[in-house]
Amino acid sequence: MVLAGGTNNRMGELSRKRAVAAMPMAGSYRCIDFALSNMSNSHIQKVAVLTQYNARSLNEHLNSSKWWDFGRKQGGLFVLTPTITADNSSWYLGTADSIYQNLDFLRHCHEPYVIITSGDCVYKLDYNKVLEYHIDKKADITVVCKEMPEDTPGLSRFGIVKMDDEGRIVNFEEKPLVAQTNIISAGVYVIRRRLLMELIQKAHDEGRNDFVQDILIRYKDVKKIFGYKLEGYWSNIAMIDDYYKTNMDFLKSEVRDYFFRQYPGIYSRVEDLPPAKFNPGSDIRNSLISSGCILNGYVENTILFKKVYVGNNCVIKNSIILNDVYIGDNTVIENCIVESRDTIRANSSYIGEAGSVRIVDERNDRYIL
Amino acid sequence: MVKKEMIAMLLAGGQGSRLGVLTANVAKPAVAFGGKYRIIDFPLSNCINSGIDTVGVLTQYRHLRLNTHIGIGIPWDLDRNNGGVTLLPPYEKSSNSDWYTGTANAIFQNLEYIESYNPEYVLILGGDHIYKMDYQVMLDFHKSRKADVTIACMPVPWEEASRFGVVVADDKGNIKEFEEKPEKPSSNLASMGIYIFNWSILREALITLKDQPGCDFGMHVIPYIHNRDHNCYAYEFNGYWKDVGTLGSYWEANMELIDIIPEFNLYEEFWKIYTNNDIITPLYFAQDSKVERCIIGEGSEIHGEVYNSVIGSGVHIGEGTVVKDSIIMRGTSIGKNCKVDKAIIAERVEIGDNVEFGVGEFAKSALNPKVYAFDLATIAENSSIPSDVKIGKNTAIDGKTAPEDYPDGVLAGGQYIIKAGEM
Repeated sequence: MVLAGGTNNRMGELSRKRAVAAMPMAGSYRCIDFALSNMSNSHIQKVAVLTQYNARSLNEHLNSSKWWDFGRKQGGLFVLTPTITADNSSWYLGTADSIYQNLDFLRHCHEPYVIITSGDCVYKLDYNKVLEYHIDKKADITVVCKEMPEDTPGLSRFGIVKMDDEGRIVNFEEKPLVAQTNIISAGVYVIRRRLLMELIQKAHDEGRNDFVQDILIRYKDVKKIFGYKLEGYWSNIAMIDDYYKTNMDFLKSEVRDYFFRQYPGIYSRVEDLPPAKFNPGSDIRNSLISSGCILNGYVENTILFKKVYVGNNCVIKNSIILNDVYIGDNTVIENCIVESRDTIRANSSYIGEAGSVRIVDERNDRYIL
Repeated sequence: MVKKEMIAMLLAGGQGSRLGVLTANVAKPAVAFGGKYRIIDFPLSNCINSGIDTVGVLTQYRHLRLNTHIGIGIPWDLDRNNGGVTLLPPYEKSSNSDWYTGTANAIFQNLEYIESYNPEYVLILGGDHIYKMDYQVMLDFHKSRKADVTIACMPVPWEEASRFGVVVADDKGNIKEFEEKPEKPSSNLASMGIYIFNWSILREALITLKDQPGCDFGMHVIPYIHNRDHNCYAYEFNGYWKDVGTLGSYWEANMELIDIIPEFNLYEEFWKIYTNNDIITPLYFAQDSKVERCIIGEGSEIHGEVYNSVIGSGVHIGEGTVVKDSIIMRGTSIGKNCKVDKAIIAERVEIGDNVEFGVGEFAKSALNPKVYAFDLATIAENSSIPSDVKIGKNTAIDGKTAPEDYPDGVLAGGQYIIKAGEM
């Protein structure tokens, strides 16, 4: 089950258009592709995506299950949105409630285990390894954890986990004032399906709606909750800085190598765009360029998403230009994130501060096809 | 089976020997084109864009790559419950088992396939041209003229007309005469090898001509139908249409894509070209890279300089390497400090460091001067080239080569290294 319903006000203007799970990522992907590709690569064929907040982009992205190779006779890709039923007329009130509202879906499954993950993390993980660990430890719940570097700023915005030598979680604090350790929950959980249904039902009966607060933390001394340490890259998209930094990480060859070249790959919706085109005057340095782009200007330390047009004499530095943006001639853009489908008029200038990127969302009319 | 108004039969069985080592291991329709595409993507995309959802692809020569590329037709939306794309290789019969001996013979051997859809019209296509065409408009023309056969034609320069089948037609398009590769053409309206037949007429002709050796549309079927006073019409097409049958025309057609406003525009929204692309990652340019007048496919890593070139997906170009006027296909890797000038490098070729292409003066090819002209160096797929060698003009390489294959570290102009049979 991929929890993709949330928004985050720290994503600022970027969250106006879409849920975090649908944020464009690394040139040709969207956030949720990483979780979905991990599912596919772990041979999990029945996947439910729970959506709620502004799911238009997300639904469009999930228009066919074939991109991730899900559309099999056994299983498939299910998009679960809140619905009005005889007993319930409210939105998803929290992560646990979103699962509760789809308890029938779980009841009708025959698979013994459930993987719960969020749709807003960038990582690669074979869930079977987590499941093996889970069975090996005879755990009730396994939480995938990531050891962050000691000096990571803002650790306290995550769930902070303390494990004993066995790997059992002895303390779990959600967004504490002071982080006691540098191990955080990566938002991926393995649990037996019947146990999940039981805990979710109980939480609902008690009027509790949050999976982390009301199940993980509440049951941490009663149930055997183990931590599985995730090696390799992991990043959570919760605020604009995360988003900017994670995208920029793909300019590093080791990150590109890990996600783009090493088996298994990350899949995404195929858009049948022509190859990128570089006209006279184009000069590209340390940048990622996606298909369908047409370039006539200077681009440095920048990620251009699909179908971006860069006019003559433009200078674009340290920026992220989202899908289908048209940038007119002689424009300067530095330290900016330009919102998708935007049209930037010729001879304009957008300069953000290093360390605090500027979001550009002009919504000008486009006259050029 | 539901009746279909028109189905398409796409002839993709030819080798295309004039593409030299490029088609040593792969059929011509499967040769890469325009960065991320293969030649067959163009007629296949035209089919689906024209609303034709039933396509039989006739394969014969080295069809593995075509089979894996087309699969069940997902990229072209041709994975249908009723219709869709079907690959039709020659098959064994209780008597008379035969390869496809000619274009019409190939269709004859698949009568059963066509019958199963019981179409009104059959569209015959070749798999070796680059163009965008709405076959539905051609069908409207066919219907409005009450034609039995319509041949798509386009005016070509008079001096080239003798390479084609030419038709002499009146103002309405009614064909008076048909000449196949005439020495003295009496018209410059050349057949594009695209035909719409009324199925009943074609069926009758194919069955009558079944014992004709090498039965061919241009040579046998069209003259047969024309001589029986059926209505033959020429449908004049004036858009972009490019034959990519020779290394020179293949190179040229690729280079035309990099014009600022190319005559053949891949960036238009309303007539998309679809392909099977498994590489979807963005492409990366290093700090010291330089790129101008190029199109480059997804997932490539450019550390060097690239000018006037068409680069496929997943290509790696090392630091200090300068690529000019070249075509490099998917998965190829070029080392550091190479000079690549006027080369066609096929898929998954490994090239070492300090390799120089295009050195020396013009020299006639010792392998086949008709194929290897145009000053191009042509490298077949899966070849490898060691470091520190120089390669001249009109050369060809096929296979894993070692330094000892290059006398004094040079493959002189016009020479070739073919290591056939090695994989």
